[in-house]
Amino acid sequence: MAKETSLQKHESESIEAERMREGPVFVPHVDIIEEKNRFLILADMPGVNTGDVDIRYERGQLSIHGKIEQRQQPEKAGPVVREYGVGDFYRSFKIGEGIDDDGITAEMNQGVLALNLPKSEKARPRRIEVKTS
Amino acid sequence: MQYLNRSLNPFQELRRQMDRLFDDYGTGRHRPFQLTREKYPALNVWDEGERFLVEAEVPGVRNEDLEIHTLGNELILKGTRPALDRENRAFHRQERGAGTFTRVITLPAEVDPDQTGAELMNGVLTLRLAKAKTALPKKISVKAG
Repeated sequence: MAKETSLQKHESESIEAERMREGPVFVPHVDIIEEKNRFLILADMPGVNTGDVDIRYERGQLSIHGKIEQRQQPEKAGPVVREYGVGDFYRSFKIGEGIDDDGITAEMNQGVLALNLPKSEKARPRRIEVKTS
Repeated sequence: MQYLNRSLNPFQELRRQMDRLFDDYGTGRHRPFQLTREKYPALNVWDEGERFLVEAEVPGVRNEDLEIHTLGNELILKGTRPALDRENRAFHRQERGAGTFTRVITLPAEVDPDQTGAELMNGVLTLRLAKAKTALPKKISVKAG
């Protein structure tokens, strides 16, 4: 495994949640996994429908935005326990040049977004042949 | 804080601080981040008069990996989220956590186990728990005399 991959090197810590719509915005928990030929980002975004995820990749900046429809606000109900708030999810990452942008794919399953970021040819581990002279 | 002990062994001090960190999570044992700490999943509960509405965020947990029980006025929520494969991979961030969780919550009234509804959608679990008849306020009619 390459020690310093472009994703790790350039990942910015700018995970401030930007306000794009009304309501609270939350930062989803993520797992960032590197495999031989790709990066995989998994993000917890419970309550987000498949069609409500906005993924942008511009100039090395990848951002994910999961939109929540307000869930049941029970009428005439008194809150008994309130341990979490509900709102959109937003997070952005700075990824380097090692990604093949055209190959980025995404899937939503049970509230988890899986982002597949294939490494560009030059970032893949290559076997170098040694010729005898 | 025992300042005297600091000079003894820097690793002991680190261990002490790590103990304190993990203690917050309720297990007291030193394991890598797991979901077995006390407060997972986070819950929101509403009292709708004749029933309770319970909501929990459990992304990545499948239907078959969830176990929900009620006992009197207790709700027991168990589940598991499988750990990710670790072979041939490097983890640059691991915030999501995996493992089994158990959450027991005491509701303000008993619930009727035969009248419960549950739904799992996009990683959000919604439970509708009807209160037991005995827990509902009964109207008392006063005879005019």
